[in-house]
Amino acid sequence: MVDNQNILTPEKDYVTLNLGPTHPATHGIFQNILKMDGEIVVSAEPTIGYIHRAFEKLAEHRPYNQIAPITDRMNYCSAPINNMGWHMTVEKLIGCEVPKRAQYMRVIIMELARIADHIICDSVIGVDTGALSGFLYIFQERELIYEIFEEVCGARLTTNTGRIGGMERDFSPVAWAKLEKFVKEFPAKLKEFESLLVRNRIFMDRTINVGPISAEMALAYGFTGPNLRAAGVDYDVRVMNPYSSYEDFQFDIPVGTNGDTYDRFMVRLEEMWQSLSIIQQAMKNMPDGPIYADVPEFYLPPKEDVYSKMEALIYQFKIVMGEMDVPKGEVYHAVEGGNGELGFYLVSDGGRTPFRLHLRRPCFIYYQAYPEMIKGGMLSDAILTMSSMNVIAGELDA
Amino acid sequence: MIAFLQIEWLEEVGTQLRERFGEQVLAIEQAYDFPVIVVEKKAILEVLGFLKNDPSMGYTFLTTLCGMHMPEHKGQEFAIVYQLHNMQLNRRLRIKIFMSENDLNVPSATSLWPTANWMERQEYDFFGFNFVGHPDLRRILNMDEMNYHPMRKQYPLEDLGRHDKDDSMFGR
Repeated sequence: MVDNQNILTPEKDYVTLNLGPTHPATHGIFQNILKMDGEIVVSAEPTIGYIHRAFEKLAEHRPYNQIAPITDRMNYCSAPINNMGWHMTVEKLIGCEVPKRAQYMRVIIMELARIADHIICDSVIGVDTGALSGFLYIFQERELIYEIFEEVCGARLTTNTGRIGGMERDFSPVAWAKLEKFVKEFPAKLKEFESLLVRNRIFMDRTINVGPISAEMALAYGFTGPNLRAAGVDYDVRVMNPYSSYEDFQFDIPVGTNGDTYDRFMVRLEEMWQSLSIIQQAMKNMPDGPIYADVPEFYLPPKEDVYSKMEALIYQFKIVMGEMDVPKGEVYHAVEGGNGELGFYLVSDGGRTPFRLHLRRPCFIYYQAYPEMIKGGMLSDAILTMSSMNVIAGELDA
Repeated sequence: MIAFLQIEWLEEVGTQLRERFGEQVLAIEQAYDFPVIVVEKKAILEVLGFLKNDPSMGYTFLTTLCGMHMPEHKGQEFAIVYQLHNMQLNRRLRIKIFMSENDLNVPSATSLWPTANWMERQEYDFFGFNFVGHPDLRRILNMDEMNYHPMRKQYPLEDLGRHDKDDSMFGR
Protein backbone atom coordinates (compact mmCIF):
# COMPACT_ATOMS: atom_id res chain seq x y z
CA MET A 1 0.00 0.00 0.00
CA VAL A 2 1.33 3.39 -0.87
CA ASP A 3 1.53 5.82 1.99
CA ASN A 4 0.16 9.08 0.71
CA GLN A 5 0.42 10.83 4.03
CA ASN A 6 3.33 13.00 3.02
CA ILE A 7 1.75 14.14 -0.20
CA LEU A 8 -1.42 15.23 1.53
CA THR A 9 0.19 17.48 4.15
CA PRO A 10 1.12 20.69 2.38
CA GLU A 11 4.67 21.67 3.28
CA LYS A 12 6.68 24.49 1.92
CA ASP A 13 9.00 23.30 -0.78
CA TYR A 14 12.64 24.23 -0.34
CA VAL A 15 15.37 23.71 -2.87
CA THR A 16 18.67 22.33 -1.67
CA LEU A 17 21.53 23.98 -3.46
CA ASN A 18 25.07 22.69 -3.28
CA LEU A 19 27.42 25.66 -3.55
CA GLY A 20 30.97 24.47 -3.97
CA PRO A 21 33.41 22.94 -3.07
CA THR A 22 34.96 24.25 -6.29
CA HIS A 23 32.71 27.04 -7.40
CA PRO A 24 34.33 29.95 -9.24
CA ALA A 25 32.43 32.49 -7.17
CA THR A 26 33.69 31.30 -3.80
CA HIS A 27 37.40 32.00 -4.45
CA GLY A 28 38.68 28.90 -2.75
CA ILE A 29 37.51 25.50 -1.69
CA PHE A 30 34.40 26.12 0.37
CA GLN A 31 31.30 23.99 0.32
CA ASN A 32 27.96 25.26 1.51
CA ILE A 33 24.75 23.32 1.37
CA LEU A 34 22.11 25.98 1.10
CA LYS A 35 18.41 25.58 1.69
CA MET A 36 16.72 27.99 -0.67
CA ASP A 37 13.24 29.47 -0.75
CA GLY A 38 13.25 30.84 -4.26
CA GLU A 39 16.27 33.10 -4.22
CA ILE A 40 16.29 33.58 -0.45
CA VAL A 41 18.74 31.60 1.67
CA VAL A 42 16.86 29.85 4.48
CA SER A 43 19.81 28.09 6.03
CA ALA A 44 23.34 27.15 5.16
CA GLU A 45 25.65 24.42 6.28
CA PRO A 46 29.33 24.94 5.56
CA THR A 47 31.69 22.01 5.20
CA ILE A 48 35.37 22.79 5.60
CA GLY A 49 38.60 20.84 5.66
CA TYR A 50 39.10 20.22 1.95
CA ILE A 51 42.71 21.35 2.06
CA HIS A 52 43.52 20.36 5.63
CA ARG A 53 47.25 19.66 5.82
CA ALA A 54 47.59 19.05 9.58
CA PHE A 55 49.94 21.98 10.23
CA GLU A 56 49.67 21.60 13.99
CA LYS A 57 50.78 17.96 13.78
CA LEU A 58 53.43 18.78 11.19
CA ALA A 59 54.88 21.47 13.47
CA GLU A 60 55.39 18.93 16.26
CA HIS A 61 57.84 17.10 14.02
CA ARG A 62 59.91 19.97 12.72
CA PRO A 63 62.70 22.11 14.16
CA TYR A 64 61.71 25.66 14.94
CA ASN A 65 63.27 27.31 11.91
CA GLN A 66 61.59 24.84 9.55
CA ILE A 67 58.11 25.83 10.71
CA ALA A 68 58.25 29.27 9.07
CA PRO A 69 57.58 27.84 5.58
CA ILE A 70 54.49 26.10 6.97
CA THR A 71 53.10 29.41 8.15
CA ASP A 72 53.43 30.75 4.59
CA ARG A 73 50.74 28.35 3.50
CA MET A 74 48.13 29.61 5.94
CA ASN A 75 47.04 33.02 4.75
CA TYR A 76 48.99 32.99 1.53
CA CYS A 77 47.71 36.45 0.56
CA SER A 78 49.82 37.98 3.34
CA ALA A 79 52.44 35.34 4.02
CA PRO A 80 55.11 37.68 5.50
CA ILE A 81 52.83 38.58 8.42
CA ASN A 82 52.54 34.88 9.28
CA ASN A 83 56.32 34.43 9.00
CA MET A 84 57.04 37.37 11.28
CA GLY A 85 54.39 36.23 13.74
CA TRP A 86 56.10 32.89 14.02
CA HIS A 87 59.58 34.38 14.39
CA MET A 88 58.36 36.72 17.09
CA THR A 89 56.75 33.83 18.96
CA VAL A 90 60.04 31.93 19.05
CA GLU A 91 61.91 35.11 19.95
CA LYS A 92 59.60 35.58 22.90
CA LEU A 93 60.24 31.99 23.98
CA ILE A 94 64.02 32.26 23.79
CA GLY A 95 64.04 35.79 25.17
CA CYS A 96 65.69 37.53 22.26
CA GLU A 97 65.38 41.21 21.50
CA VAL A 98 65.56 42.09 17.84
CA PRO A 99 67.47 45.24 16.82
CA LYS A 100 65.41 48.29 15.91
CA ARG A 101 66.44 48.25 12.27
CA ALA A 102 65.20 44.70 11.79
CA GLN A 103 61.96 45.60 13.56
CA TYR A 104 61.38 48.53 11.21
CA MET A 105 62.18 46.36 8.20
CA ARG A 106 59.66 43.84 9.47
CA VAL A 107 57.06 46.55 9.82
CA ILE A 108 57.60 47.65 6.22
CA ILE A 109 57.26 44.08 4.94
CA MET A 110 54.22 43.37 7.08
CA GLU A 111 52.43 46.54 6.03
CA LEU A 112 53.16 45.82 2.36
CA ALA A 113 51.67 42.39 2.90
CA ARG A 114 48.62 43.93 4.53
CA ILE A 115 48.13 46.21 1.53
CA ALA A 116 48.46 43.23 -0.82
CA ASP A 117 45.94 41.26 1.25
CA HIS A 118 43.43 44.09 1.34
CA ILE A 119 43.88 44.76 -2.38
CA ILE A 120 42.83 41.19 -3.12
CA CYS A 121 39.85 41.29 -0.81
CA ASP A 122 38.54 44.71 -1.80
CA SER A 123 38.98 44.23 -5.52
CA VAL A 124 37.28 40.85 -5.37
CA ILE A 125 34.30 42.44 -3.62
CA GLY A 126 34.18 44.69 -6.66
CA VAL A 127 34.35 41.73 -9.03
CA ASP A 128 31.50 39.97 -7.24
CA THR A 129 29.31 43.02 -7.68
CA GLY A 130 30.14 43.01 -11.37
CA ALA A 131 32.81 45.73 -11.44
CA LEU A 132 35.80 44.08 -13.03
CA SER A 133 37.78 47.16 -13.99
CA GLY A 134 38.78 48.17 -10.44
CA PHE A 135 40.18 44.71 -9.94
CA LEU A 136 42.20 44.90 -13.14
CA TYR A 137 43.68 48.30 -12.32
CA ILE A 138 44.59 47.72 -8.69
CA PHE A 139 46.04 44.25 -9.23
CA GLN A 140 48.95 45.90 -10.98
CA GLU A 141 49.92 47.36 -7.60
CA ARG A 142 49.83 43.96 -5.95
CA GLU A 143 52.23 42.81 -8.60
CA LEU A 144 54.58 45.65 -7.65
CA ILE A 145 54.41 44.65 -3.98
CA TYR A 146 55.33 41.11 -4.96
CA GLU A 147 58.26 42.46 -6.91
CA ILE A 148 59.49 44.16 -3.75
CA PHE A 149 59.13 40.87 -1.87
CA GLU A 150 61.05 39.15 -4.62
CA GLU A 151 63.83 41.66 -4.25
CA VAL A 152 63.88 41.33 -0.47
CA CYS A 153 63.69 37.57 -0.04
CA GLY A 154 63.62 35.95 -3.47
CA ALA A 155 60.07 34.67 -3.37
CA ARG A 156 56.75 36.22 -4.25
CA LEU A 157 53.82 34.43 -2.68
CA THR A 158 55.18 32.00 -0.07
CA THR A 159 57.92 34.29 1.10
CA ASN A 160 59.50 32.58 4.13
CA THR A 161 61.09 35.91 4.94
CA GLY A 162 62.77 36.96 8.16
CA ARG A 163 64.63 34.65 10.47
CA ILE A 164 64.46 33.88 14.17
CA GLY A 165 66.45 36.80 15.57
CA GLY A 166 66.09 39.31 12.76
CA MET A 167 66.04 39.56 8.99
CA GLU A 168 68.01 37.32 6.69
CA ARG A 169 69.55 40.20 4.73
CA ASP A 170 69.35 43.95 4.45
CA PHE A 171 67.19 45.55 1.76
CA SER A 172 69.21 45.89 -1.41
CA PRO A 173 69.46 49.26 -3.21
CA VAL A 174 67.12 47.87 -5.87
CA ALA A 175 64.62 46.95 -3.17
CA TRP A 176 64.81 50.49 -1.74
CA ALA A 177 64.32 51.96 -5.19
CA LYS A 178 61.30 49.76 -5.85
CA LEU A 179 59.88 50.58 -2.43
CA GLU A 180 60.28 54.30 -2.99
CA LYS A 181 58.70 54.07 -6.41
CA PHE A 182 55.79 52.09 -4.99
CA VAL A 183 55.19 54.53 -2.14
CA LYS A 184 55.25 57.42 -4.59
CA GLU A 185 52.90 55.94 -7.17
CA PHE A 186 50.51 53.90 -5.06
CA PRO A 187 48.35 56.79 -3.70
CA ALA A 188 47.21 57.81 -7.18
CA LYS A 189 46.31 54.23 -8.06
CA LEU A 190 44.45 53.67 -4.82
CA LYS A 191 42.62 56.96 -5.34
CA GLU A 192 41.59 55.76 -8.77
CA PHE A 193 40.33 52.48 -7.33
CA GLU A 194 38.44 54.37 -4.63
CA SER A 195 36.75 56.64 -7.12
CA LEU A 196 35.61 53.64 -9.15
CA LEU A 197 33.71 52.06 -6.28
CA VAL A 198 33.21 54.10 -3.12
CA ARG A 199 30.39 56.38 -4.30
CA ASN A 200 29.29 54.12 -7.13
CA ARG A 201 25.51 53.82 -6.93
CA ILE A 202 25.39 50.21 -8.12
CA PHE A 203 28.18 49.18 -5.79
CA MET A 204 26.55 50.89 -2.82
CA ASP A 205 23.17 49.30 -3.55
CA ARG A 206 24.78 45.90 -3.80
CA THR A 207 26.83 46.13 -0.60
CA ILE A 208 25.07 48.34 1.96
CA ASN A 209 23.12 46.20 4.45
CA VAL A 210 24.37 43.02 2.87
CA GLY A 211 25.59 40.38 5.33
CA PRO A 212 25.53 42.65 8.38
CA ILE A 213 26.63 41.56 11.84
CA SER A 214 26.25 43.49 15.08
CA ALA A 215 29.16 44.23 17.36
CA GLU A 216 27.81 41.91 20.09
CA MET A 217 27.42 39.03 17.68
CA ALA A 218 30.81 39.69 16.14
CA LEU A 219 32.48 39.52 19.56
CA ALA A 220 30.52 36.42 20.53
CA TYR A 221 31.64 34.75 17.33
CA GLY A 222 35.27 35.65 17.94
CA PHE A 223 35.63 38.10 15.06
CA THR A 224 38.89 40.01 14.87
CA GLY A 225 40.58 42.22 12.33
CA PRO A 226 38.79 44.33 9.72
CA ASN A 227 35.56 42.35 10.09
CA LEU A 228 35.31 43.20 13.78
CA ARG A 229 36.30 46.81 13.19
CA ALA A 230 33.62 47.12 10.51
CA ALA A 231 31.10 46.19 13.20
CA GLY A 232 32.37 49.10 15.28
CA VAL A 233 34.84 47.60 17.77
CA ASP A 234 38.22 49.29 17.66
CA TYR A 235 40.30 46.24 18.46
CA ASP A 236 43.64 46.01 16.72
CA VAL A 237 46.52 43.90 18.03
CA ARG A 238 49.02 46.45 16.72
CA VAL A 239 47.64 48.96 19.21
CA MET A 240 46.52 46.72 22.07
CA ASN A 241 49.67 44.60 22.30
CA PRO A 242 52.26 46.39 20.18
CA TYR A 243 54.95 44.17 18.72
CA SER A 244 57.89 44.92 16.45
CA SER A 245 57.95 48.65 17.40
CA TYR A 246 54.41 49.43 16.28
CA GLU A 247 54.23 51.79 19.24
CA ASP A 248 56.66 54.10 17.38
CA PHE A 249 54.24 54.78 14.57
CA GLN A 250 51.32 57.11 14.29
CA PHE A 251 48.30 55.58 12.64
CA ASP A 252 44.53 55.49 12.91
CA ILE A 253 42.29 52.49 13.33
CA PRO A 254 39.26 52.85 11.05
CA VAL A 255 35.98 51.50 12.38
CA GLY A 256 32.63 50.97 10.70
CA THR A 257 29.13 51.18 12.11
CA ASN A 258 26.88 48.55 10.53
CA GLY A 259 29.25 45.65 10.06
CA ASP A 260 27.93 45.09 6.54
CA THR A 261 29.82 44.39 3.34
CA TYR A 262 30.22 48.07 2.52
CA ASP A 263 31.74 48.79 5.94
CA ARG A 264 34.13 45.88 5.62
CA PHE A 265 35.16 47.21 2.22
CA MET A 266 35.64 50.73 3.56
CA VAL A 267 37.59 49.63 6.64
CA ARG A 268 40.03 47.73 4.44
CA LEU A 269 40.34 50.65 2.08
CA GLU A 270 41.22 53.03 4.89
CA GLU A 271 43.63 50.51 6.38
CA MET A 272 45.54 50.55 3.13
CA TRP A 273 46.03 54.32 3.49
CA GLN A 274 47.13 53.84 7.10
CA SER A 275 49.53 51.05 6.11
CA LEU A 276 51.00 53.30 3.47
CA SER A 277 51.55 55.98 6.08
CA ILE A 278 53.23 53.46 8.41
CA ILE A 279 55.55 52.40 5.59
CA GLN A 280 56.47 56.03 4.90
CA GLN A 281 57.19 56.66 8.59
CA ALA A 282 59.31 53.51 8.82
CA MET A 283 61.27 54.46 5.72
CA LYS A 284 61.85 57.97 7.01
CA ASN A 285 62.92 56.94 10.51
CA MET A 286 64.77 53.76 9.54
CA PRO A 287 67.48 53.36 12.18
CA ASP A 288 70.97 52.16 11.38
CA GLY A 289 72.52 49.17 13.02
CA PRO A 290 72.56 45.41 12.80
CA ILE A 291 69.70 43.50 11.25
CA TYR A 292 69.87 40.51 13.54
CA ALA A 293 70.23 39.85 17.23
CA ASP A 294 73.12 37.99 18.80
CA VAL A 295 71.51 34.56 18.91
CA PRO A 296 74.07 32.29 17.20
CA GLU A 297 72.10 29.15 18.10
CA PHE A 298 69.25 30.32 15.92
CA TYR A 299 70.52 32.78 13.35
CA LEU A 300 72.56 31.28 10.51
CA PRO A 301 76.11 32.70 10.52
CA PRO A 302 77.47 34.56 7.47
CA LYS A 303 78.73 32.19 4.80
CA GLU A 304 82.34 33.41 4.85
CA ASP A 305 82.49 32.69 8.62
CA VAL A 306 81.18 29.17 8.04
CA TYR A 307 84.10 28.51 5.70
CA SER A 308 86.73 30.02 7.97
CA LYS A 309 85.62 29.75 11.61
CA MET A 310 84.98 26.69 13.69
CA GLU A 311 82.13 28.08 15.86
CA ALA A 312 80.26 29.37 12.86
CA LEU A 313 80.58 26.00 11.18
CA ILE A 314 79.24 24.21 14.26
CA TYR A 315 76.31 26.60 14.57
CA GLN A 316 75.55 26.32 10.86
CA PHE A 317 75.46 22.54 11.16
CA LYS A 318 73.34 22.58 14.31
CA ILE A 319 70.79 25.00 12.89
CA VAL A 320 70.47 23.19 9.58
CA MET A 321 70.12 19.83 11.32
CA GLY A 322 67.59 21.33 13.73
CA GLU A 323 69.59 20.80 16.92
CA MET A 324 68.93 24.06 18.70
CA ASP A 325 68.50 24.25 22.46
CA VAL A 326 65.16 25.79 23.24
CA PRO A 327 64.08 26.57 26.80
CA LYS A 328 61.00 24.98 28.32
CA GLY A 329 57.98 27.19 28.45
CA GLU A 330 54.75 28.24 26.87
CA VAL A 331 54.12 31.49 25.07
CA TYR A 332 51.29 33.09 23.18
CA HIS A 333 52.04 35.72 20.63
CA ALA A 334 49.50 37.41 18.41
CA VAL A 335 49.97 39.62 15.39
CA GLU A 336 47.43 41.57 13.41
CA GLY A 337 47.18 39.41 10.31
CA GLY A 338 45.49 40.33 7.06
CA ASN A 339 42.14 39.21 8.40
CA GLY A 340 42.42 39.27 12.15
CA GLU A 341 44.33 38.24 15.22
CA LEU A 342 46.74 35.55 14.14
CA GLY A 343 47.93 33.84 17.30
CA PHE A 344 50.57 31.24 17.97
CA TYR A 345 50.29 29.28 21.20
CA LEU A 346 53.58 27.46 21.52
CA VAL A 347 54.45 24.91 24.19
CA SER A 348 58.05 23.77 24.37
CA ASP A 349 59.29 20.89 26.52
CA GLY A 350 62.90 21.67 25.77
CA GLY A 351 63.02 19.35 22.77
CA ARG A 352 64.07 20.13 19.24
CA THR A 353 60.53 20.49 18.02
CA PRO A 354 57.57 22.23 19.63
CA PHE A 355 55.63 20.03 22.02
CA ARG A 356 52.42 21.64 20.87
CA LEU A 357 51.70 24.50 18.53
CA HIS A 358 48.18 25.81 18.34
CA LEU A 359 47.44 28.25 15.57
CA ARG A 360 44.71 30.78 16.14
CA ARG A 361 43.55 31.20 12.59
CA PRO A 362 41.19 34.16 12.41
CA CYS A 363 39.11 32.93 9.49
CA PHE A 364 38.55 29.52 10.99
CA ILE A 365 37.01 31.23 13.97
CA TYR A 366 34.83 33.78 12.23
CA TYR A 367 33.73 31.71 9.25
CA GLN A 368 31.32 29.84 11.52
CA ALA A 369 29.17 32.96 11.65
CA TYR A 370 28.68 32.80 7.89
CA PRO A 371 25.31 30.91 7.96
CA GLU A 372 24.07 33.44 10.50
CA MET A 373 25.10 36.36 8.29
CA ILE A 374 23.55 35.18 5.03
CA LYS A 375 20.28 33.91 6.47
CA GLY A 376 17.35 35.69 4.86
CA GLY A 377 19.44 37.27 2.14
CA MET A 378 19.71 36.53 -1.55
CA LEU A 379 22.06 33.96 -3.02
CA SER A 380 24.08 36.63 -4.81
CA ASP A 381 24.47 38.46 -1.49
CA ALA A 382 25.74 35.27 0.11
CA ILE A 383 28.56 35.19 -2.45
CA LEU A 384 29.35 38.82 -1.76
CA THR A 385 29.33 38.30 2.01
CA MET A 386 31.81 35.48 1.70
CA SER A 387 34.25 37.49 -0.36
CA SER A 388 33.93 40.48 1.97
CA MET A 389 34.78 38.30 4.99
CA ASN A 390 38.14 37.54 3.39
CA VAL A 391 38.08 33.85 4.18
CA ILE A 392 41.27 32.25 2.89
CA ALA A 393 41.00 28.50 2.35
CA GLY A 394 44.60 27.85 3.36
CA GLU A 395 44.13 29.49 6.71
CA LEU A 396 40.66 28.11 7.28
CA ASP A 397 41.75 24.51 6.92
CA ALA A 398 45.38 24.84 8.07
CA MET B 1 67.16 38.93 27.30
CA ILE B 2 63.74 40.44 27.78
CA ALA B 3 62.52 40.42 31.35
CA PHE B 4 58.79 40.17 31.69
CA LEU B 5 57.19 42.34 34.32
CA GLN B 6 55.17 40.81 37.09
CA ILE B 7 51.48 41.18 36.33
CA GLU B 8 50.19 43.14 39.29
CA TRP B 9 46.48 42.50 38.68
CA LEU B 10 46.94 38.73 38.66
CA GLU B 11 46.86 38.53 42.44
CA GLU B 12 43.61 40.48 42.57
CA VAL B 13 41.92 38.19 40.04
CA GLY B 14 43.37 35.16 41.81
CA THR B 15 41.99 36.27 45.18
CA GLN B 16 38.55 36.82 43.71
CA LEU B 17 38.58 33.39 42.07
CA ARG B 18 39.86 31.71 45.25
CA GLU B 19 37.15 33.41 47.30
CA ARG B 20 34.47 32.18 45.00
CA PHE B 21 35.71 28.75 43.98
CA GLY B 22 37.99 27.86 46.90
CA GLU B 23 39.80 24.59 46.45
CA GLN B 24 38.77 24.27 42.84
CA VAL B 25 41.35 26.82 41.82
CA LEU B 26 44.49 24.69 41.75
CA ALA B 27 47.24 27.12 40.75
CA ILE B 28 47.80 30.74 39.81
CA GLU B 29 51.06 31.55 38.11
CA GLN B 30 52.70 33.62 35.42
CA ALA B 31 54.18 32.00 32.32
CA TYR B 32 56.30 34.55 30.44
CA ASP B 33 54.01 37.57 30.01
CA PHE B 34 50.83 35.61 30.46
CA PRO B 35 48.81 34.82 33.60
CA VAL B 36 47.84 31.15 33.92
CA ILE B 37 45.13 29.77 36.18
CA VAL B 38 44.65 26.03 36.62
CA VAL B 39 41.20 24.94 37.77
CA GLU B 40 39.37 21.68 38.39
CA LYS B 41 37.68 20.26 35.35
CA LYS B 42 34.24 20.04 36.93
CA ALA B 43 34.30 23.75 37.79
CA ILE B 44 35.43 24.99 34.39
CA LEU B 45 32.05 26.12 33.11
CA GLU B 46 31.32 28.08 36.29
CA VAL B 47 34.76 29.69 36.23
CA LEU B 48 34.42 30.68 32.58
CA GLY B 49 30.89 31.93 33.18
CA PHE B 50 32.04 33.97 36.17
CA LEU B 51 34.95 35.47 34.24
CA LYS B 52 32.69 36.34 31.32
CA ASN B 53 29.54 37.56 33.03
CA ASP B 54 30.64 39.07 36.33
CA PRO B 55 30.91 42.85 35.97
CA SER B 56 34.14 42.93 37.99
CA MET B 57 35.80 40.53 35.53
CA GLY B 58 34.68 41.25 31.98
CA TYR B 59 36.64 38.57 30.14
CA THR B 60 34.09 38.53 27.37
CA PHE B 61 36.19 37.40 24.44
CA LEU B 62 37.29 33.81 23.86
CA THR B 63 40.57 34.03 21.99
CA THR B 64 41.63 30.40 21.72
CA LEU B 65 40.55 27.01 22.90
CA CYS B 66 42.98 24.20 22.37
CA GLY B 67 43.69 20.72 23.61
CA MET B 68 46.94 19.07 24.54
CA HIS B 69 48.10 15.49 24.99
CA MET B 70 50.90 14.67 27.41
CA PRO B 71 51.28 10.89 27.65
CA GLU B 72 54.07 11.17 30.26
CA HIS B 73 51.89 13.19 32.59
CA LYS B 74 50.28 10.15 34.24
CA GLY B 75 46.73 10.61 35.46
CA GLN B 76 46.49 13.97 33.70
CA GLU B 77 47.23 13.00 30.14
CA PHE B 78 44.97 15.55 28.50
CA ALA B 79 44.57 19.26 28.97
CA ILE B 80 42.42 22.00 27.52
CA VAL B 81 43.68 25.56 27.42
CA TYR B 82 41.27 28.48 27.18
CA GLN B 83 42.55 31.98 26.55
CA LEU B 84 40.24 34.82 27.43
CA HIS B 85 40.58 38.50 26.70
CA ASN B 86 39.20 41.48 28.54
CA MET B 87 39.27 43.95 25.69
CA GLN B 88 38.38 47.00 27.74
CA LEU B 89 41.30 46.68 30.15
CA ASN B 90 43.40 44.71 27.67
CA ARG B 91 44.00 41.84 30.05
CA ARG B 92 44.47 38.31 28.86
CA LEU B 93 44.02 35.18 30.92
CA ARG B 94 44.88 31.55 30.29
CA ILE B 95 42.71 28.93 32.01
CA LYS B 96 43.84 25.32 32.04
CA ILE B 97 42.12 22.11 32.98
CA PHE B 98 43.73 18.68 33.17
CA MET B 99 42.05 15.32 32.90
CA SER B 100 42.85 11.65 32.75
CA GLU B 101 42.64 9.74 29.48
CA ASN B 102 39.88 7.60 30.98
CA ASP B 103 37.50 10.51 31.29
CA LEU B 104 37.51 12.91 28.38
CA ASN B 105 34.12 14.43 29.12
CA VAL B 106 34.37 18.22 29.27
CA PRO B 107 31.49 20.64 29.69
CA SER B 108 31.02 22.56 26.46
CA ALA B 109 31.55 26.32 26.40
CA THR B 110 29.13 26.79 23.52
CA SER B 111 26.47 28.09 25.91
CA LEU B 112 28.79 31.01 26.76
CA TRP B 113 30.34 31.70 23.36
CA PRO B 114 28.92 30.56 20.02
CA THR B 115 32.47 30.71 18.68
CA ALA B 116 33.40 27.75 20.91
CA ASN B 117 31.37 25.58 18.53
CA TRP B 118 33.99 25.09 15.84
CA MET B 119 36.90 25.38 18.25
CA GLU B 120 35.52 22.45 20.23
CA ARG B 121 34.73 20.51 17.11
CA GLN B 122 38.34 20.93 16.04
CA GLU B 123 39.70 19.73 19.38
CA TYR B 124 37.28 16.79 19.31
CA ASP B 125 38.54 15.99 15.85
CA PHE B 126 42.20 16.23 16.89
CA PHE B 127 42.15 14.71 20.39
CA GLY B 128 38.77 13.07 20.95
CA PHE B 129 37.47 15.20 23.82
CA ASN B 130 33.80 14.64 24.45
CA PHE B 131 32.30 18.08 24.91
CA VAL B 132 29.13 17.49 26.90
CA GLY B 133 26.34 19.79 25.78
CA HIS B 134 27.83 20.61 22.39
CA PRO B 135 25.03 20.98 19.82
CA ASP B 136 26.83 19.31 16.92
CA LEU B 137 29.94 17.37 17.88
CA ARG B 138 31.25 16.09 14.57
CA ARG B 139 34.67 16.06 12.95
CA ILE B 140 35.44 19.31 11.19
CA LEU B 141 38.78 19.18 9.38
CA ASN B 142 39.34 15.45 8.95
CA MET B 143 36.97 13.15 7.15
CA ASP B 144 34.09 11.58 9.02
CA GLU B 145 35.31 8.03 8.33
CA MET B 146 38.55 8.55 10.26
CA ASN B 147 38.65 6.18 13.24
CA TYR B 148 41.31 7.81 15.40
CA HIS B 149 42.23 11.23 16.73
CA PRO B 150 45.41 12.17 14.92
CA MET B 151 46.91 14.82 17.24
CA ARG B 152 47.44 12.31 20.05
CA LYS B 153 51.08 11.66 20.60
CA GLN B 154 50.95 7.92 19.89
CA TYR B 155 50.23 8.52 16.23
CA PRO B 156 53.34 9.22 14.15
CA LEU B 157 53.30 11.84 11.46
CA GLU B 158 53.75 9.34 8.67
CA ASP B 159 52.82 5.74 8.11
CA LEU B 160 55.25 3.57 10.09
CA GLY B 161 55.26 1.05 7.29
CA ARG B 162 57.33 3.31 5.09
CA HIS B 163 61.00 2.48 4.82
CA ASP B 164 61.92 4.82 2.00
CA LYS B 165 62.11 7.85 4.29
CA ASP B 166 64.51 6.85 7.05
CA ASP B 167 65.43 9.92 9.08
CA SER B 168 66.56 8.09 12.20
CA MET B 169 70.13 9.36 11.94
CA PHE B 170 69.09 12.91 12.70
CA GLY B 171 66.49 12.06 15.27
CA ARG B 172 63.42 13.40 13.61
